[in-house]
Amino acid sequence: MTSDAHRTAETVWRLESGRIIAGVAGVVRDVGLAEELAQDALVAALEQWPESGVPGNPGAWLMTVARRRAVDRIRRDHRYAERLADIGHRMETAATAEVDPERIEDDMLRLIFTACHPVLPEPSRVALTLRMLGGLTTTEIARAFLIPEPTVAQRIVRAKKTLGDAGVPFEVPSGADRADRLSSVLAVLYLIFNEGYAATSGDDWLRGDLCREALRLGRLLAGLMSREAEVHGLVALMEVQASRARARTGPSGEPVPLPAQDRALWDPLLVRRGFAALLRARELGGPPGPYVLQAGIAACHARAATAADTDWPQIAALYDVLARVAPSPVVELNRAVAVGMAHGPAAGLAVLDAVAGDAPVRDRHLFPSVRGDLLERLGRDAEARAEFRRAAELTANEAERRALLRRAGGA
Amino acid sequence: MRYLMMTTDDASAAGGPPDEAMMAEMGAFIEEMTRAGVLLATGGLEPGGKRITSSGGKVTVTDGPFSEAKEQVVGFALVEVRDEAEAIEVSRRFWAIVGDGRGTIQRVFGPGDDFPG
Repeated sequence: MTSDAHRTAETVWRLESGRIIAGVAGVVRDVGLAEELAQDALVAALEQWPESGVPGNPGAWLMTVARRRAVDRIRRDHRYAERLADIGHRMETAATAEVDPERIEDDMLRLIFTACHPVLPEPSRVALTLRMLGGLTTTEIARAFLIPEPTVAQRIVRAKKTLGDAGVPFEVPSGADRADRLSSVLAVLYLIFNEGYAATSGDDWLRGDLCREALRLGRLLAGLMSREAEVHGLVALMEVQASRARARTGPSGEPVPLPAQDRALWDPLLVRRGFAALLRARELGGPPGPYVLQAGIAACHARAATAADTDWPQIAALYDVLARVAPSPVVELNRAVAVGMAHGPAAGLAVLDAVAGDAPVRDRHLFPSVRGDLLERLGRDAEARAEFRRAAELTANEAERRALLRRAGGA
Repeated sequence: MRYLMMTTDDASAAGGPPDEAMMAEMGAFIEEMTRAGVLLATGGLEPGGKRITSSGGKVTVTDGPFSEAKEQVVGFALVEVRDEAEAIEVSRRFWAIVGDGRGTIQRVFGPGDDFPG
């Protein structure tokens, strides 16, 4: 059955391409070339499997074929001649089917760090990560990000060239810039997650898939870097946020804010996974980084059986630390909400008005909407209504605009 | 999407205890799948178990074994995959380790499979 063999090949590719590309890159030390050779192996599978049948271990078959092609390429191509000495001793083992699992894990880690290298612009890091580690096609990436396919294809080609031109070594950074480089990897994963998470239309499952891809890659990274608290922190944050997916949108597509969500719709399995990841992060000790802190805040919400049970003083305290560790106007905005819930609307308003000078935050609908909330609780109704009107003008979501206008008194 | 994979046993095969090499291979496979975020939960089930019957508002608990049971679920795995083809592929890898046997995979519907919410 041709179509069955093809489907199996494509599925195995999606599941295993990260490992395969990493395994080949471990031989050729060049991620662009590695991806090309791995793709060749996929093409070979699509040609041969319908005739010969699907091999018993299809992933290993692809790996072996790709690595053999890598060895052939290096022997044939004079451009790689200088690499021969460097990788000569690896070549002998590369062409055999035996793959050392620990080596592959190291290579996967190298691949992640290379794909997220700061020499690349952020959109390229995202595309390369999804392509090489997530096994997504250019078409899938383009559809998920709502951008034209040629744009994605061009980004990937350029990114590979940039990595080659810059002579980026295929390695996991050590020493001084390791923390920065890890931050860059985590930022790419969280960016992918948020791209899916921010998609507010319920039938747009393709974008929601990005949440799953980011989670998958995060869990993978947590396995590869089990000693890094921030990796577990990011995974915990994504698991807990993903657990709320069903509860975040109301029947007419309006976003449902956290306090109003039906907690019965939160996925308990993902919540538990989030807690487990957060525990692992805390066991590692050390001062909590931004992702561990954000995961702690998300876990506080997840622990509350009802909105009224929320431990706002604890959340406000975590935001205080976050504001010191990773200060940003957006953090201040969220901190204002938490402080307003924990210590009263006047305290919240003081935090909020301290960032009113930041135009990008001030001009997002969340700012006037939060401010309106706090003013309303202080009994300053006319000012509150003016803020809700302003928020209604700024939001892009129609259902949310109607809700804000209702609070503004229909004006 | 999530799938529940179940291995079933109709007691026709006198399966001996799994050998050590297979156990090691299975352990590595479970670890790999867990770390990849594919395997969410797995376990083996006690033979028989207890039967719970609810009738007219009354719940009755009956001890096994149940002679009329043709096939029993002996193990399960809850997996998170992108589509059915991936679920089948994970299953294929499981059976490549276990050898002969049978089971089912069924899509699980519940809160959280409608990404994004």
